[in-house]
Amino acid sequence: MNRQKKLIVSHAPFMHIGSAVPGRYYNVIIAALPAILAGLAYFGAPALAVICLAVSSAIGWELLICLVSKRPNTVGDGHAAMIGIILGMLLPAAAPWWMVVTSTFLAVVIGKQIFGGIGANPFNPAALSVAIVSIAWKNYFDFNAQLVNFNFSFNAFDPLVALKAFGPEVVDNYSLGGLFLGQQVGGIGSTCGLALVIGGAYLIARGYVRWEIPLSFVLGILVTATLFHMVAPEKFAGPMFHLLTGYTLIGAFFLATEDASSPVYQIPMLMYGAIGGVMTILIRNIGAYPDGIIYAILVINLINPLADKIRPKAIGKVA
Amino acid sequence: MLSKPFFGYAKPKFHYELLSTTLPQPATIALPATVTLLLPREMGPTPSPNLKPGVRVKTGQRLTWNGDPMPAVVSSVTGTIKGVRAHLGDYGNKFTAITIEADPKEELDEQFAEATGDITLQTLVEHLAGAPGDPSLETIANAQTPIHTIVVYGGDTDLLVDTNLYVLKGRMAELDQGIKTLKQATGIEKVVVAVPRDAFQNFDGHFSADVQSVPNAYPYGQPLMIYYQLFGRILDQGETFEGQGVFFLRAEAVASIGKAVIDGRVPVEKTLTVMNKEGRKKVVSARIGTPIGDILKTMNITLDDRDRLIFGGPMTGTAVYSEDLPILPDTDAILVQDSREIVLTSDYPCINCGECVRICPANVPVNMLVRYLEARQYQEAADLHDLYSCVECGLCAFVCTARIPILQYIKLAKFELAREVPAEEE
Repeated sequence: MNRQKKLIVSHAPFMHIGSAVPGRYYNVIIAALPAILAGLAYFGAPALAVICLAVSSAIGWELLICLVSKRPNTVGDGHAAMIGIILGMLLPAAAPWWMVVTSTFLAVVIGKQIFGGIGANPFNPAALSVAIVSIAWKNYFDFNAQLVNFNFSFNAFDPLVALKAFGPEVVDNYSLGGLFLGQQVGGIGSTCGLALVIGGAYLIARGYVRWEIPLSFVLGILVTATLFHMVAPEKFAGPMFHLLTGYTLIGAFFLATEDASSPVYQIPMLMYGAIGGVMTILIRNIGAYPDGIIYAILVINLINPLADKIRPKAIGKVA
Repeated sequence: MLSKPFFGYAKPKFHYELLSTTLPQPATIALPATVTLLLPREMGPTPSPNLKPGVRVKTGQRLTWNGDPMPAVVSSVTGTIKGVRAHLGDYGNKFTAITIEADPKEELDEQFAEATGDITLQTLVEHLAGAPGDPSLETIANAQTPIHTIVVYGGDTDLLVDTNLYVLKGRMAELDQGIKTLKQATGIEKVVVAVPRDAFQNFDGHFSADVQSVPNAYPYGQPLMIYYQLFGRILDQGETFEGQGVFFLRAEAVASIGKAVIDGRVPVEKTLTVMNKEGRKKVVSARIGTPIGDILKTMNITLDDRDRLIFGGPMTGTAVYSEDLPILPDTDAILVQDSREIVLTSDYPCINCGECVRICPANVPVNMLVRYLEARQYQEAADLHDLYSCVECGLCAFVCTARIPILQYIKLAKFELAREVPAEEE
């Protein structure tokens, strides 16, 4: 039967919407670019070095672990590059090279690959890595100390550290508009709120991120901070200050929304985001750390499997 | 290939085909040189002397393996049996393929005409086996629990397919006769005709049956979804439609019954939708058993290596491996896909993006389900993650970012679970 044509046989459905894993993560990278460009404008060439090293070493670790574990090469899916770029955005511009390489190792290998690779990570890999590194090398995450040799045209004192140390009267030293435009010290890609909002809006419009998580996260922060501020304005800063400082906006748009560690149903997504926002303010206001975003993200990552149990009843099911 | 719209926030929606009021005449496929009929049983010992190569058969003649009246298949042509061989169908179903060389000089078998004076269920079962639309009335005759409702679905169960709605709109008299005959022969009083909502006005009150509408959006025409809409239930593990007292028929199957009674002979022409690589469709009419290749030739469709040939619609059809395969009584459509249009599935793990969960019409937690199915934990999938609520529409696999063959996993799981139960009972 040589004249037989060799047809492709596969299971239904025979159409596909055309989306794919690489496209998803490349788009997250694209959405991160405005914030990185803003970071480069404020922090200059050292920031570029950190970002480049973070992306390349993350890809390197991914490649290495694929070779060692004899698994198909998954570098092309863009997930490692995405982790690298988000991680780079969280690091200070003066981070030493060994810390960057160690951070990406923690993110890609410990945060993602040992759990089974893409889709299996219980925590946001970048947040997990920053949590470990910021405890291990505390001084290197002290933005005031790290960025002391930089010349800034704005108040170069980490607003959240200042708030922790001196109380809410320091709020007057910062203009909210300036903070929104990135006039503060912090992670390379996490200072410019405007750029992060643009990136986040892009992801939501393209359907890569659902609006529920960022919105409820931001609302959680605003509501909780307002309550604290109303009860004791002499002890706690106002909501807008919390919204525009530290890792808040990168957390809302890029960290909390990571696919594998966030819920998929609407109510769980709203809960997940809101709890993240509430936790952040609790840690900032009554906890020991100036910025609570990273730990809040890890906590909500933990409740993700449980939160997703709240779901609409499947058809025909009574209980 | 379909592509994801740039602004991908809203989830995609699909609607079934709605035919215009002026129905085109179906293109008729010329009598093929040979037809192949599938007798739904394994080859066995002692075949009947009437089922040997060289034996002449008439159009409408019943072919059986031996003296037993069933299973049977009705010859769609007059001609000479050329070969009888084993054929393996989907899900390991075994058939006997009977190839008949067609003779242009048609002779009609009169057995059914003689029986039409007094139509019993047995007559219908025996003579309409393998008629267009596949009225498998044997199920009613052999049902353990009495069937209380016959559901006739007037629309098509899959996207892009016109066949059944075409039959519903174009052959209303035959359909109505079919419903009457069915009621009379089976004694089942409750016959529900489900029609797409947009066409509801045209049919309400036109049949001697209860006409009900279902939404025109995909997948509300899927049998499992219709069952849920009409009865508020799903088919749980180990349950079947007939076990629940419900029997599903295509509009075309009922029209076939009606036509058989009106004409006094069993219809042999199957209506089907053929779609070429450019997406242009045509309703054609062909003898059951016509090789696909003959139809493609008539429609000027050329097939190349690595193309895909599909029986049924794009969401739930079956890809076939050869253009020599025949048109079956339940082949509602033939789709031809160019190799460049084909998106292959991948072995990537689920990345938990949630697209499947948001599009699922049955609220199945697909993201969790697929993790269990990949690990072959079928019973856990059924117990914990609503495997049996799935209506098998394929929308989850359609939107899956990781391109996981989710529908295949689900069907495999249901198949494996169904296979396990009898093994335990033994």
